[in-house]
Amino acid sequence: MAELKFTKTHEWVKYTEDGKAKVGLTEYAQQQLGDLVFINLPEEGDCVTVEDTFCDVESVKAVSDVYSPLTGTIARVNEDLLDAPELINEHPYEAWIAEIEDITETAEFLSEDEYETFIKSEA
Amino acid sequence: MRLIVESGQKNRSCTLLPELSVPEYRMEASLLRGQELHLPEVSETEISRHYTALAGRVHGVNNGFYPLGSCTMKYNPKINDEIAAMEGFSNIHPLQPEYTAEGCLEVLKEAEEILTEITGMDAMTFQPAAGAHGEFTGLLLMHAYHTARKDSGRTKILVPDSAHGTNPASAAMVGYTIINIPSTEHGLVDLTALKAALGNDTAGLMLTNPNTLGLFDTNILEITRLVHEAGGLNYYDGANLNAVIGRARPGDMGFDIVHLNLHKTFSTPHGGGGPGSGPVGCKKNLANYLPGNRVARDGENHYLLQQEESVGRVKMFEGNFLIVLRALTYLLTLGKEGMADISGNAVLNANYMMKRLEDTFEVAYPGVCMHEFVLTLEKLKEETGVSALDMAKGIQEYGIHPPTMYFPNIVHEALMLEPTETESKETIDRAVDIMLQLYDKAQNEPERLKEAPINQPVRRLDEVTAARKPILKHSDEEHCETCVE
Amino acid sequence: MGSYILNTERDKREMLLEIGISSVDELFGEIPAEILLKRELEIPAGRSELEVKKRMQKIAAKNHVFPTILRGAGAYSHYIPSIVKSVTSKEEFVTAYTPYQAEMSQGLLQAIFEYQTMICELTGMDASNASVYDGATAAAEAIAMCRDKKRHRVLVSEGVHPQVIEVIRTYLTGVEDTLVLIPCKEGATDMDALKEEIGDTTACVLIQQPNFYGIIEPADEIGEIVHQTKAEYIMHCNPIAMGLLKTPGECKADIAVGEGQPLGLPLSYGGPYLGFMAATEKMMRKLPGRIAGQTTDIEGKRAFVLTLQAREQHIRREKASSNICSNQALCALTAAVYMSAMGPSGMKQTASLCMSNAHYFANELCNLKGFRMEHKKEYFHEFVTICPDAAKVLEVLEEEDILGGLMLDDHRILWCVTEMTAKEELDRVVDILRTYQGHEE
Repeated sequence: MAELKFTKTHEWVKYTEDGKAKVGLTEYAQQQLGDLVFINLPEEGDCVTVEDTFCDVESVKAVSDVYSPLTGTIARVNEDLLDAPELINEHPYEAWIAEIEDITETAEFLSEDEYETFIKSEA
Repeated sequence: MRLIVESGQKNRSCTLLPELSVPEYRMEASLLRGQELHLPEVSETEISRHYTALAGRVHGVNNGFYPLGSCTMKYNPKINDEIAAMEGFSNIHPLQPEYTAEGCLEVLKEAEEILTEITGMDAMTFQPAAGAHGEFTGLLLMHAYHTARKDSGRTKILVPDSAHGTNPASAAMVGYTIINIPSTEHGLVDLTALKAALGNDTAGLMLTNPNTLGLFDTNILEITRLVHEAGGLNYYDGANLNAVIGRARPGDMGFDIVHLNLHKTFSTPHGGGGPGSGPVGCKKNLANYLPGNRVARDGENHYLLQQEESVGRVKMFEGNFLIVLRALTYLLTLGKEGMADISGNAVLNANYMMKRLEDTFEVAYPGVCMHEFVLTLEKLKEETGVSALDMAKGIQEYGIHPPTMYFPNIVHEALMLEPTETESKETIDRAVDIMLQLYDKAQNEPERLKEAPINQPVRRLDEVTAARKPILKHSDEEHCETCVE
Repeated sequence: MGSYILNTERDKREMLLEIGISSVDELFGEIPAEILLKRELEIPAGRSELEVKKRMQKIAAKNHVFPTILRGAGAYSHYIPSIVKSVTSKEEFVTAYTPYQAEMSQGLLQAIFEYQTMICELTGMDASNASVYDGATAAAEAIAMCRDKKRHRVLVSEGVHPQVIEVIRTYLTGVEDTLVLIPCKEGATDMDALKEEIGDTTACVLIQQPNFYGIIEPADEIGEIVHQTKAEYIMHCNPIAMGLLKTPGECKADIAVGEGQPLGLPLSYGGPYLGFMAATEKMMRKLPGRIAGQTTDIEGKRAFVLTLQAREQHIRREKASSNICSNQALCALTAAVYMSAMGPSGMKQTASLCMSNAHYFANELCNLKGFRMEHKKEYFHEFVTICPDAAKVLEVLEEEDILGGLMLDDHRILWCVTEMTAKEELDRVVDILRTYQGHEE
């Protein structure tokens, strides 16, 4: 998990070799959200901006925004999640939501340890 | 239980229609449906029994107490339905010549006159079919008002955080940005926050008074004055009018626009979710913007008046006419003496119920309530694990419909109770006794409440799978293995 | 005066004692004195049930009930089976609220699920909601489902009911979308004009089937044109005609909507009716309003529940695409009982009776001097005739207790014939007009 970077809004970012980055929700986030039933994915080609909402996830009786940790363009979205949003509950660090390219700006990232400390302080 | 499509036999049917009396006209085949039409093939006996069985699995106001907060589940008088079923009303075409629908126009006009007097408004439309539809209409009036004044920078609607979710959703439909105004610790509008939010970008404020916490906002005159001074309009969400009807009028509180829920305050049945009616009243300066036609009176006669400056229709024809008719029947029955009795008894019943519960349960905002009150089960949940949901499911076992759960959002583990004026002291006493017993059960046998209900047609449901893999219609492949005859 | 309050004076005294106050008025102490109403409302005094009933009967008598109705234009006179009225007056269905508490509302939820199933069957679509206010608001909501930040043009055929277009226009207030009307040519949507207007910025195309003039639109061809761009295709359909006509599903519609009133609801001077809405699986999660879904309870028993609620306003608040939080449940129940009573054969028979009666009547009318059909295209149960003096024709019929067609202008009348008027009655109508023409000469 060392390669993962975290945000205070509970997203993770994983850079890939070609300068792109995958984005997903953290273990803590999925626990707080409960059983996810649907994800509204962004569209490929959409421009996203740091800290703006770029997709949302639904549980039975709640909906939560997901904030973009990066400014860039959506290169790919994980369409498997459309049929199986529970993948985020089961394997949050494998169930990436979108891959972002042409990255020009990033949020303030936390390391894994820093993130652990942060969520403890939040609780 | 079987679905109706799973009942019956091939080629079974009801005989309802005559044979053709004219030559059969056949359309060319390319225009016809190729897909077979799978509808139930059942006899009248089967239909009658099927729906009687289904009705046995529904709890209505006629079955028992229904203290569902914010929904005003009062008794629905039978005369209303009888009048609505009269052919002289039910068999009138909406596009009949006006002079052949004089009775319908009279109903609309008289309902308008009575309801504008009750709300302190000057004009009213009956086009909106529900409260949310009324909100949308009211916001269109605001939009038209500011547009006519060429005051185009007004893009924001202020909504207290205790509001119904429909308020912000309606404002968004008209393209407004929503500014949430926090509540004070006493559950009222935070005046400092309101002042800070007001400006020349304010289109208006949407407020329910008494609010969703069952509290009357004592600062109401100052609130509406501040909004007016900033150039905005005040919108009254009439969801809770039952609390003050006959005693205080939104028009006198400084509101410019009002929507009513005829299916709450004015006793028309909820029908399992509709049809309702959400008329919108307004002050004189906004009347020209009302949607659709207005009914005008000329001596004894009535006619429809087209409105040049109207915001446009929000629905076909003149609205949910038979619902307005039911409400008028109720208004004529109760009359002027009856209005203050509604609010008096609704508020008395609520306060009595709250008083009897407050030594055991925690009231979210103690003091005097209006027609409803909110309990918070936060501590109970911490102590016993029993949540508001568990309590609600436990209440079901006694043939009482549970209170509204988890609303308003600003109260944790909320249960919101509204007994209404059409319930007796005995009914309230019984419900209170049951809730007190359930409180004890939460302490002693919490696992039992987590299992509730056990005496309803089904146990608790798997809502996660329902939303993840939605099954929204019956498919022929499915065999009814789990259903019980 | 009538009253539905149960508290006696003694009850009130006991309750006030428990609360610890001496009068009901004290409970209203939070209301500032300036706004407390210090007078009686200026409305009529209360009356007994007997008096109110007499008064309402008197008002009803001021309406004229036409035994023969040849007018449609959005509200249709059809036969309502007795079983429909009996089922829909069951008090449990009438007096329940929205089925939030699924365990104690299974009957209602199942009834909605059955309604959804039948609407999907009728329209050939994948998923239906539990209904919305009426056909016009269903059309407006369908357009909102197609909202797309890159596509702002909403194309609506002029063959759509004028009041539906008006409602659509109202619903677009404050929204960025632009409404573009596609004209009609010889009574049907002008395909050349459609091809001209459609493009990359088109969000959706809406047509009515059969259209306002009764004409059967080339709905499948229009579907092909629409899908050449990535716009969504919405069909606003008459549910009775769907028993016979190619379904929206077969025409590749993305959303099918319509006015459900013909399915067992009385004319009622315009309401309450219901708007039905069904969509492809792809658009299912964009459907507004209530939706019932099938699931199981913890013991594995089949059960029903309101589902996909995260779309809705009480959760999404200002981010919801619609503010609707009700459905016309009792009207949807009516439609479902109607379709059950009719069954597949009855639905087809009704459609066939409507169409055959309408064609017979159109032919007979056009045998009258000066009458001719405005359009030559295939129609269902409505059609437009041209005649010298439309107002006079309708007046003559009215004197004979017949509600004739809807006058579109001085020479054009939009007629509607259903299963309610058979040959004998239609012949009488034509005879009346023939006699009138004879006198005129």
